[in-house]
Amino acid sequence: MVKSGQRIRITFSKGGEIRYISHLDMMRLWKRALRRANVPLAYSKGFNPQPKISIAAPLAVGFTGEEEVMDTLLERPVSLTSFARSVKKQIPPGITLKEVREVYMALPSLQSQVRFAEYTVSPLDDEEIEGKIEALLAAEAIPRERRGKKYDLRPLIDDLRLEGSTLWMRLKHDAQGAGRPDEVLAALGLERAGKAIHRTRLIFASQL
Amino acid sequence: MFAGLDRRGYNPNWGLGVEVSEERLDQILSQVTKPARYTGGEWNSVVKDWDGVRTKVLLAYPDLYEVGMSNLGLMILYDLINKEDDFLAERAYTPWVDMEEALRGAKIPLYSLETRHALGDFDIIGFSLSYELNYTNILTMLDLAGIPLLSCQRSESHPLVIAGGSCAYNPEPLADFFDLFVIGEGEEVLLELVEAYGKWGKGERDQFLRRAAQIEGVYVPSLYEVAYEDGALGSPQPRTPEAKPVITRRILNRLPPPPTEVIVPYVEAVHDRGMIEIMRGCTRGCRFCQAGVIYRPLRERPVEEVLVAADELLKATGYEEVSLVSLSSCDHSQIEEMVRGLVTRHAPQQVTVSLPSLRVDSFSLGLATLFQGRRKTGLTFAPEAGSQRLREVINKGITEEDILSTAERAFRAGWQRIKLYFMLGLPTETREDVAAICDLVKRIWGMGREIGGRRAQVSISAATFVPKPHTPFQWMPLEGAASLKEKQAFLRRELKDFRLSWNDPQVTLLEAVLSRGDRRLGAVIHEAWRRGARFDAWDELFEPANWWEAFQDQGLDPDFYARRPLDRDAPLPWDHIDVGVKKGFLARECERALRGQTTPDCRGGPCFACGVLETFPGAREAARQGLWGCPPRVAGRGEDR
Repeated sequence: MVKSGQRIRITFSKGGEIRYISHLDMMRLWKRALRRANVPLAYSKGFNPQPKISIAAPLAVGFTGEEEVMDTLLERPVSLTSFARSVKKQIPPGITLKEVREVYMALPSLQSQVRFAEYTVSPLDDEEIEGKIEALLAAEAIPRERRGKKYDLRPLIDDLRLEGSTLWMRLKHDAQGAGRPDEVLAALGLERAGKAIHRTRLIFASQL
Repeated sequence: MFAGLDRRGYNPNWGLGVEVSEERLDQILSQVTKPARYTGGEWNSVVKDWDGVRTKVLLAYPDLYEVGMSNLGLMILYDLINKEDDFLAERAYTPWVDMEEALRGAKIPLYSLETRHALGDFDIIGFSLSYELNYTNILTMLDLAGIPLLSCQRSESHPLVIAGGSCAYNPEPLADFFDLFVIGEGEEVLLELVEAYGKWGKGERDQFLRRAAQIEGVYVPSLYEVAYEDGALGSPQPRTPEAKPVITRRILNRLPPPPTEVIVPYVEAVHDRGMIEIMRGCTRGCRFCQAGVIYRPLRERPVEEVLVAADELLKATGYEEVSLVSLSSCDHSQIEEMVRGLVTRHAPQQVTVSLPSLRVDSFSLGLATLFQGRRKTGLTFAPEAGSQRLREVINKGITEEDILSTAERAFRAGWQRIKLYFMLGLPTETREDVAAICDLVKRIWGMGREIGGRRAQVSISAATFVPKPHTPFQWMPLEGAASLKEKQAFLRRELKDFRLSWNDPQVTLLEAVLSRGDRRLGAVIHEAWRRGARFDAWDELFEPANWWEAFQDQGLDPDFYARRPLDRDAPLPWDHIDVGVKKGFLARECERALRGQTTPDCRGGPCFACGVLETFPGAREAARQGLWGCPPRVAGRGEDR
């Protein structure tokens, strides 16, 4: 860690066409945007130095995000206003800078502090959806299989409810496991196609 | 020519003029692999007001997005067209098979990435051709756009479908599909052509083609006919007065500044870095190499221009690597100064500099030390042949001593991985020459072991020689399948402890056929595509049976095109395309090759009269001003030209 540096936490939204890019693409996008913005990025040591950028929780391809969170380390402190101003000019449409603030250098890694993620799914046009939600929440276990691995989805669902024609859910997202909203949809017997999946916020340990 | 309905059974016009439905597109994008290939919106992509321009050009690349986005040529043309107020250029690449299926299923026509207009809405569709095994992808793209595949079936309501690039120097296999070909450097011809088309409006297509045929460097295949006497190869002859008997390649006397505000893809491209072309052309004269002929003369960009361009490029893209591209970057007369300048200016910002390949000598190694610094990731050299004799035949002007001493220095300087490129099946190659590859590899590896210890690694690529049009070896045959397989097996056996890659003989055969093919192959390409040929350059999708059945269907023999030595006096399908280097020079070079005689690099030395200086007007002036690498004297004559 760079002692004389600065740790900046960026909150941004991901929407529009950008939702189709993967997490790795997103990392590359930010790396290049920050380089274009000419901010004094801190780099890792070694033969292949990489800028110190970390995004809190990978967002799956096709999902949008309201409050995505990212940390980046700078070699030396800069004014947050000028940082935000130059970065804003370099981010592509689909990404909006929502907040830029300084955080303590000594805080644990962003990724290690994520606990829950909240999602909305819309539109829903299933008339029996309420019953299905009830049944799902009442289940002891929801055995699922993803990429050839069997797991229980039930403990990963913290909350699930209907708000008008929108499905709202809060899923576990920590080192033990992360619930996927598309898996919840599948468990409810709903089609993924034609539905917008939106991550409304991430909940960190400090917010509990 | 191809009567009957397409067997896929959809209305061939469904795509035309239809808006791309965002809703249906969204549904399919969440179900295909890497949807970001199909969404555009990349940094520096140019979105112009659709109704505010006169002529709209769609630049098409017949391969996957990640490959097409690494093509500098397409980026140069994109930049060029979009800088004009009256024109716009947008892009499309070949959708992967899952997306093709999804588009067909959802009845969405292939669309441009910038504004999602169906390809049929553009005035001109320009394909960039750089590899023969992409030909079926051209048909996929036209078909997905609802545009008739054959030029003769298209009308005024369809876009003009054109092509350029290195494969256009033998355009004949694609003659049925394109309205016209641009022969030469697109920067020079394209704007002229777009301008002419814009002014023409939507008049009669046939008349426009006749007019376009009069533009230097434009080839309109429908204005030519070919007689195949007894089935032999023939060269196209004009059938109207507008058609020129010979189409001369267009070139630039001076390279324009390189594009710097280039598109930065989200998806990782094959070459995920900034590229600056530092030089065009090569004077080394390797006899198998098509690029070494079709990009002559050698033209360098001055160091200062490259440095300024690199500054702008890095600022506009945020790339962390800049590659100095050309056919042989170490041969730029100021390469050392250039690399030094770039490293000094940009290394503090963690920018790395790279060259696509290195020459086999200590100078190049010195350069590599300069730009790789402490990283020393690996070095790639191309001896091309194992024995000195064969290297002389192909005019690869390096000695065994060069190779060994360069490898030794590399290991001593701390590199551990060396990759060597060789070719199999070169003209006159014997078992001894193949054995020499193994000896060379083992000696290099032994040296590496001695110097670098157990971490030393040598890997080998042994591609098969494919005879290409406009090269001294254009008359040579592709080696027979049986002896080729035997040689490959020999290498695998002898070099079993090394990482070795080689080509599938069926891919090589197809490449050779399409490279030297004539117009009759149009029907074969069409039939292979109908049988399902897609992405033939991709191992996982290449189905050779589609092709061999298509040949049978058309009564043509692949070996006739690929495995026969061609008669030096007989007409060739590309005789009407004049690249500047003359057939007589190529024939002389072929003779010298067979006698084992080398021809030195003409740069700075005497001129061997390849034809470039005679062909291009203004050439002498450009050469005198030092813009060209052409020498001032002719060999054996000694007088100033």
